Amino acid sequence: MSAWQFFLGHRAEILDATLTHLTLVLIAMAIAIAIAVPLGMLIVQRRSLRTLSLGLASVFQTIPSLALFGFLIPLPFIGGIGPRTAIVALVVYALLPILRNTYVGLSGIDPAVLEAAEAMGMTNSQILFRVRLPLALGVILAGIRTATVITIGVATIAAAIGAGGLGTFIFRGVAMVSDAVILAGAIPAALLALVADFLLGLLERRLRVV
Amino acid sequence: MNSKTAVSHAYPIEFRDVSFHINDIPTRPIVKNVSLVIPRTETLVLLGRSGSGKTTLLRLVNRMLVPSSGQVLVDGQPTSGADPIRLRRGIGYVIQEAGLFPHFTVAQNVALVPRLENWESSRVDARVRELLTLVGLDPAEFSSRYPRELSGGQRQRVGVARALAADPPILLMDEPFGALDPVTRSELQREFSSLARRLGKTILFVTHDLHEAMLLGSRIGLLHSGQLVALAPPQEFLRLAHPEVRAFVASINGFAGAC
Repeated sequence: MSAWQFFLGHRAEILDATLTHLTLVLIAMAIAIAIAVPLGMLIVQRRSLRTLSLGLASVFQTIPSLALFGFLIPLPFIGGIGPRTAIVALVVYALLPILRNTYVGLSGIDPAVLEAAEAMGMTNSQILFRVRLPLALGVILAGIRTATVITIGVATIAAAIGAGGLGTFIFRGVAMVSDAVILAGAIPAALLALVADFLLGLLERRLRVV
Repeated sequence: MNSKTAVSHAYPIEFRDVSFHINDIPTRPIVKNVSLVIPRTETLVLLGRSGSGKTTLLRLVNRMLVPSSGQVLVDGQPTSGADPIRLRRGIGYVIQEAGLFPHFTVAQNVALVPRLENWESSRVDARVRELLTLVGLDPAEFSSRYPRELSGGQRQRVGVARALAADPPILLMDEPFGALDPVTRSELQREFSSLARRLGKTILFVTHDLHEAMLLGSRIGLLHSGQLVALAPPQEFLRLAHPEVRAFVASINGFAGAC
């Protein structure tokens, strides 16, 4: 059976897996952004917390993804087989790029600009929301873009712990020794990553100032 | 300083035996026992080498820094008790690289303080046009440009316009022309000198350039190792005997004879 025939015959199933895949990525990214951006804002001021959180996020990202799933499964509450564990792992993976870029973006602003903002009588929150964040937005978005691409990739492995998604086809195809089945997962997963990268790249260029 | 009359007769800026040191290291003060009054509409130039404490003294005025001992008074009120946000909105501030917001247009940069003060937008627009014209930039041409589309001299003009936007009675200027090429610098110095006379602001101006100090200052105060070692009107200043004054005069010696 050719790959194309398999595609046509299983398009509903493939579409379904693609949607599951996207859902995993979107939920994980939303949580990761909600944690990493505020944390990044916080560590600009607090040095000790900065070393700790950037270090921890680096350690998390160094752990091989399949091993990380392995570590999470035995844990109570967040562990077990299924999408919940997968989302936790994906969040952990997405943290570092977003956290690091938020910190770099916020701390890399021209000191003269910040001095002027302070001297003009802007309050701390005005400086944060009208000066720092707008100027750091492009860099923060670049971090979100990297994290999204990583997350789409790691999410294929999430199928190994029963989270569903496009990895299901890849693992099944490997077990069946069927190129057609493998490609039914691999091609949409690759396309998802490329499209996400392209769209976020577009947004990043539009929002980046200077 | 308890009655209103006292306040209205107070000096715009007054330093009373002010010392400043970082993080409780009183052995190495950055500013040491400075007392100084700046009357209304005076342009006082603080001259000194790098690290002499002149920028620190400037930043004590708008409470970017608080004195370790002594008092800084703005309009008779100690800055240590003032709300820093209110205080700063009434004091214009110009720095070396202008510090314009790169994501704001020229007009938005100039409009910053009026907008923070919630002026009506028609009043803000009129004020922006007025100020750009005042600093020699055609509003039609420059309003919608971004700082990166300006030359260094133009950026600094916008910096001056931004500082003047809400018509503050006091201006603080920290080597505003220091990063410009010599020709543009002397152009801006001359223009600013006549602008300052017309506007009637009280100006505290920091520089390490004696020539600039002579051109702009109604008085020149010389800082050396955190202490105010000389204070005099320009011509008189040149004749002072203090070794640090002599060092500065010697540095432009060929020139001093000419003026």
